[in-house]
Amino acid sequence: MSTTGDPVQKAKSAAAASERESVVWPHRHLLALEDLTADEIRLILDTAEAFEDVSTRSVKKVPALRGRVVVNLFFEDSTRTKTSFVLAAQRLSADVVDFSAKSSSLSKGESIRDTVRNIEAMGVDLLIVRHHVAGTPHLIARNVGCCVINAGDGRHEHPTQGLLDIYTMRQVKGRIEGLEVAIVGDVANSRVARSNLHGLLKLGAEVTMVGPTTLVPRAFEKMGARIAHDFDRVIEQFDVINMLRIQRERISSNVFPSLQEYSRLFGLSAQRMKRAKPDVLVMHPGPINRGIEMAASVADGANSAVLRQVTNGLAVRMAVMFLCKQAAEGS
Amino acid sequence: MTDRLLIKSGRVIDPSQGIDKIADVLIEKGRIVSIEPQEPGSGSKSQATRQIDASGKIVCPGLIDMHVHLREPGHEDEETIASGAAAAVAGGFTSIACMPNTEPAIDTEAMIEFVYRQAARAGLCNVYPIGAITKGREGKELAEMGQMVRAGAVGFSDDGCGVANPAVMFRALQYATMFNRAIIQHCEDADMAAGGVMNAGFTATRIGLPGIPAIAEEMMIQRDLSLAAETRARYHVAHLSTAGSVQLVREGKQRGIAVTAEVCPHHLLLTEEACATYDTNYKMNPPLRSRADVDACIAGVVDGTIDCLVTDHAPHGEEEKELDFQSAPFGIIGLEIALGLFAKALIEPGHVDWPRLIAMLTINPARVLQLDKGTLRLGTDADVTIIDPAMNWTVKVGEFRSKSRNCPFDGWKLSGRATHTIVAGVVRFSLEPAAVA
Amino acid sequence: MKTLLDEKGIRRTLERLADEISASIPRNCPVGVIGIRRRGDELARRLLPMLEARGVREVAYGSLDITLYRDDLAEIGPSAVVRTTEIDFDIEGRYLILVDDVIFTGRSIRAALQALIDLGRPRAVRLVVLVDRGGREYPIQPDFTGLRTSSDSQHVTVYLESIDGADKVEVQP
Repeated sequence: MSTTGDPVQKAKSAAAASERESVVWPHRHLLALEDLTADEIRLILDTAEAFEDVSTRSVKKVPALRGRVVVNLFFEDSTRTKTSFVLAAQRLSADVVDFSAKSSSLSKGESIRDTVRNIEAMGVDLLIVRHHVAGTPHLIARNVGCCVINAGDGRHEHPTQGLLDIYTMRQVKGRIEGLEVAIVGDVANSRVARSNLHGLLKLGAEVTMVGPTTLVPRAFEKMGARIAHDFDRVIEQFDVINMLRIQRERISSNVFPSLQEYSRLFGLSAQRMKRAKPDVLVMHPGPINRGIEMAASVADGANSAVLRQVTNGLAVRMAVMFLCKQAAEGS
Repeated sequence: MTDRLLIKSGRVIDPSQGIDKIADVLIEKGRIVSIEPQEPGSGSKSQATRQIDASGKIVCPGLIDMHVHLREPGHEDEETIASGAAAAVAGGFTSIACMPNTEPAIDTEAMIEFVYRQAARAGLCNVYPIGAITKGREGKELAEMGQMVRAGAVGFSDDGCGVANPAVMFRALQYATMFNRAIIQHCEDADMAAGGVMNAGFTATRIGLPGIPAIAEEMMIQRDLSLAAETRARYHVAHLSTAGSVQLVREGKQRGIAVTAEVCPHHLLLTEEACATYDTNYKMNPPLRSRADVDACIAGVVDGTIDCLVTDHAPHGEEEKELDFQSAPFGIIGLEIALGLFAKALIEPGHVDWPRLIAMLTINPARVLQLDKGTLRLGTDADVTIIDPAMNWTVKVGEFRSKSRNCPFDGWKLSGRATHTIVAGVVRFSLEPAAVA
Repeated sequence: MKTLLDEKGIRRTLERLADEISASIPRNCPVGVIGIRRRGDELARRLLPMLEARGVREVAYGSLDITLYRDDLAEIGPSAVVRTTEIDFDIEGRYLILVDDVIFTGRSIRAALQALIDLGRPRAVRLVVLVDRGGREYPIQPDFTGLRTSSDSQHVTVYLESIDGADKVEVQP
């Protein structure tokens, strides 16, 4: 039930794990990768490796969070992320409740503090929060005693997505340090881009943000990324290309004139793929607009890690929930 | 009020007359009757029935805040004219001018009269209404400025938003010249600022909040300066916040345009980085800007580009400010702490001295609003503020007289505070409660 | 601090345990030796060639991490590190030798048994410990014991060369 068959690799990661013996996960909440140290990120990735086994065996459950209650508090729809968190919580034997903020009485205007305190009063151990406004999980974390895990806040961060992307890169490429990673598309409005950037930089990767000038603000340079607006000119240098989802609604704000033009300039077509490294890893947080961000043949091709990302999301989310809960109970 | 009040031995600072000396101020029947150098050795002027010992303190014209929001009518749960006036006198202000973005807006003669009536009922300080430029503050048709002036409107503004249409703004400026009233513009291009909740820039990009670019403010000032030059109207820039704005106003003054400007304490003390806490008490409009903008605003104060200091006191209920950063309303309150904040921003680092600071809180706003206030000239209303410039104190939001608590300065240690606020000869606020009328 | 076993003592004890274990194994039954991380697995690794030397054939080796099965996370707090369980064989129907360094309350073994059961249904599980320091809270007893300490209150520490740099068993009175 090992994660990799290579005994050398195994020994190496075991050695690395024992070197980090002293790294203790101190955080009750996971709000942003920007807040974490490189060692803390590695600890999550290593812990996730242990959880990967759970998904592949006959009894897909461990009792680590038995009797604990996990609430999904999603103010914004996301079937994929929510399902991933539900499964991850169930595999840790937690009880899971959905609190769909959209279907409840909660709407714009009701105090978030009141809402979360009400939910917490029901004996919740972990709150998984998604909100369309940056910083709302932080607000919630300040007002509750339970653990808060950010499942995406506005255009700020989506830490578990960042972690599962990095986990997938490490799994396939065997390292993060020195990797050349491109993040392509609507960087300005992307929480996935920010979480990837912070995590990757801390672990020593080189990150290039690729997209139109209207969607790749210069501020990202100050955050440590390189910036490129001509995809064809830079594509050959990348080990990993992480394509972001483009929102059709953006056209109304004039950030690009049409999806066709966007796709021509920044889409990952089969043609463009030919210029990339043969072993380039292609990723996408999903759901993919096929034919716009990338061609169907690329999404389903040998270089694509799209499904692997989804699988890894479970292990990463299990690790995050376990570590945060453990820190909360230990303190 | 027949009794006499003698304020003894204070440092009398009245920038309107160039006074800065140790003297006794005598008030009789609500008016200033004399400012006499202290008689050496004489213990008291026996004819005064009441005395305040102001030794070691500053005695100056009553402070004026020309930019506050009092929420009445419409949101009396957040503030009323009475509670706002109570907050004002507690902060040393004897006169405040309130913005018309109430519900309904203050855009008619009747609404102006309503404000005066409520202020008289509260009986604490002078409250001067600023009328709306356009009906309902919709930016389309001019409000009845002439009738509002007759009822006592001291200026005009659609504050909360800018007048977007240049033709409307042109007419407003042109029309207001008839009454010698200033048009006070909230400078913000709504299309450029759309959706923004904090300053556009590195921090906004980093923390993922939509930004309001500095140029949204500067573009409107640029446009308005052309209109003001053309109409020769008096044009006042409300709560200016960017380096570019300071430069535009500076150049406007050099070109001879009748432009004045004001700045808030938070734009002199805080930067956009405070928003990284996602604390909605750092959400205001104009937003907190960069360090360079703060430095430019301070430079603008120092060289006289900026004329007035204001609070933009904007009360909001707790339940509103507890929303997420995008849903929460803009604005913070400041009447009760403004003096200490301005001292911290401008006096303590040595940018300006007390006479300069007091001028920006007295005679300068009085001139913008054409008020016979902000002076200790003999015969004028005895609006006097006594300040202890050395008093160290801590901001306690929980003790505010305002009905609201939205203030990011809770727990700040300040020095300099009004110890007595005297309106028309009557002590309306004192740190020694027994002294209050 | 008193040394109960030195390097030689540990080797001798393991040899004796191997004798006892090999004698207990039913004929024609596949065997697995599974050590509990992070010292039981090292002891299991050492037992492996000893068992083979005693004629036990085709012994599978695995290591078990029980962190996720513990019932005392709140007490051990954030220092617990989750490691991978590496059992590359099917435990169904196997005769399993479960190895740990010290048995005390019995809670770790309870967790280990639950972890094993989640992986399948072994024919039997036998428990081997290097040191039994008493103090049981659960009704769990080792089948093969290297050494028993005299008093419950004594804290026993096992040091192993590959992890701690030296082989020894120490007791703190």
